[in-house]
Amino acid sequence: MSRIQQRFEKLKDENRAAFVSFVMGGDPNPTASLKLLKSLPAAGVDVIEIGMPFTDPMADGPSIQVAGQRALASGQTMAKTLKLVTDFRKDDAETPVVLMGYYNPIFSYGVDAFLKAANDAGVDGLIVVDLPPEEDAELCIPAREAGLDFIRLATPTTDEKRLEKVLTNTSGFVYYVSVNGITGVKSADADAVDSAVARIKAKTDLPVVVGFGVKTPEQAAEIAKQADGVVVGSAIVDIIAGKLDKKGGAKVGLVKNVSTFAKSLADAVHTARDA
Amino acid sequence: MTVQEPNSFRLGPDEEGRFGQFGGRFVAETLMPLILDLEKAYEDAKRDKSFQREMENLWRYYVGRPSPLYFASRLTEKLGGAKIYLKRDELNHTGAHKINNVLGQILLARRMGKTRIIAETGAGQHGVATATVCAKFGLKCVVFMGETDVERQKPNVFRMKLLGAEIIPVTSGRGTLKDAMNEALRDWVTNVEDTFYCIGTVAGPHPYPAMVRDFQSIIGWETKSQMKHAEGRLPDTICACIGGGSNAMGLFHPFLDDADVKIIGVEAGGKGVDTKEHAASLTGGRPGVLHGNRTYLLQDDDGQIIDAHSISAGLDYPGIGPEHSWLKDAGRAEYVSVTDTEALEAFQLCCEMEGIIPALEPAHALAHVMKIAPDLPNDHLLVLNMCGRGDKDIFTVAEALGTEI
Repeated sequence: MSRIQQRFEKLKDENRAAFVSFVMGGDPNPTASLKLLKSLPAAGVDVIEIGMPFTDPMADGPSIQVAGQRALASGQTMAKTLKLVTDFRKDDAETPVVLMGYYNPIFSYGVDAFLKAANDAGVDGLIVVDLPPEEDAELCIPAREAGLDFIRLATPTTDEKRLEKVLTNTSGFVYYVSVNGITGVKSADADAVDSAVARIKAKTDLPVVVGFGVKTPEQAAEIAKQADGVVVGSAIVDIIAGKLDKKGGAKVGLVKNVSTFAKSLADAVHTARDA
Repeated sequence: MTVQEPNSFRLGPDEEGRFGQFGGRFVAETLMPLILDLEKAYEDAKRDKSFQREMENLWRYYVGRPSPLYFASRLTEKLGGAKIYLKRDELNHTGAHKINNVLGQILLARRMGKTRIIAETGAGQHGVATATVCAKFGLKCVVFMGETDVERQKPNVFRMKLLGAEIIPVTSGRGTLKDAMNEALRDWVTNVEDTFYCIGTVAGPHPYPAMVRDFQSIIGWETKSQMKHAEGRLPDTICACIGGGSNAMGLFHPFLDDADVKIIGVEAGGKGVDTKEHAASLTGGRPGVLHGNRTYLLQDDDGQIIDAHSISAGLDYPGIGPEHSWLKDAGRAEYVSVTDTEALEAFQLCCEMEGIIPALEPAHALAHVMKIAPDLPNDHLLVLNMCGRGDKDIFTVAEALGTEI
């Protein structure tokens, strides 16, 4: 059983939703990025998404765009993002790690070489925004064959007929994008999210995780009542942005601020169904 | 790699939107249903004679087509070799070929019931064309333009405002054409219900490369019949500049299966393709995935996109239409590059010899013609696509020549 599957089964037994957090690999620099990652499981993060920075992130809002630019400016490369996972895995064999980003840096690295390196590093799944089911032959199918989960996005524009196509080769979990738009800008309407989650769950046994536009513990808790997990990215990345010195270096307290915020989100998600 | 020669070069793309390995639909799931709708709407429109008639009517009475095929006698004499013809698409309403495509897409948007049109623009020519046609049809128009380009193309920015468009200066990334395209895509995923994305070149996810090519192919079809009328035969060489590649694709496509017609695309070599400051994706790039398609891209070893550089804002794009990438690998078209300096010389020569102020974009194509024409025989028929007029560029040229206006 994969780490992702194990984690969701455990949470299901406890009747809790998963808290999924996103941070950009190498933001604000490689050293601080590793420290941040290592602090997340203790804060209650169930699944970690690590962004693979790209110069042209067409589905991301300003927060994550700038996080990617900070990472690239500090010299982040695909090899360094993979090394980050290797280093994280030295102390943590259980927390699932999902790499998220765009196809070109993977295509440039070479699909086969990338999949091997990702497996070796201890990556569990991939989310590649600009690879819809129509392009499954590019990476999705090779990734599944290599034993990595390929997590697909479903969106409000995904109608019933398309949903089946979207679910066909998806594994690990389904990532429901709760708003039409880019990351971290609009906020989702809880009722609309609930009905969308129900619609997807009727067609798959995979866990359904909701993201894009979730910013506060209150919003996260509301979604966690119905969904199997909640992703928070931009709001966490904004905390990092607020703790940088003029040269872009990490100020004292950066890791603590992020892990405190992550804990407040994790607690809200984990206790959402208690009442 | 050996490329097997297909029976026809004019059949692409396939059902997946591929020209060989190039093209495709590399977009976020939110956009997938939208581009599938667009593809269906375009296929329907293509078969609808009333759509064709409406477009032909507007091309004729609104744009001023057909544009003349003009024999440039003094240029020919000066260069002393091939007979040089200019396809005068700079005489179109709004001063460039861009409106050929915009009219097609806006008519399609109206058929689809879309009320808000978004576009990206570099030099501003596509933005002006889009703002123009939106004004004509009373549609809301939002143009994304990199803030660097807003600064260097002020006349076009003001034109678009006069035409009622909203201009959004793009500061994300480095504030150039590719960032404007990112921002337009971000707007589109946010406003999926009412918005139509009018892409200005033969790039983007399928069906854009094929659709924009089809709308621009009027350039090549007219050239074919005009040359037959003027000289009784097809041209020997056709030549066009390439940024994203829409004017070139429009000229080239009807000639792809005429094996005796030599096809040359001219990229912007900026300060030289051996420097880091150029926009020659085919000459200096390698295949990658950006803005919805696989094509040749300027990128570093890690797959990060590198900013393009050219004196011409309209060629300043790190990618190129996927069909050009395919034609390059298939060997059907030849792709070369010329530098900023060479383009400036050609710009001045065209002004002086023919009384035509060319845009800096086709000045690149002319610069290459200046290199090859002298060695060609006098009966060699060469067509250069004069895809835009240079009024917008006079400030840039003045600065480059060290002249104060």
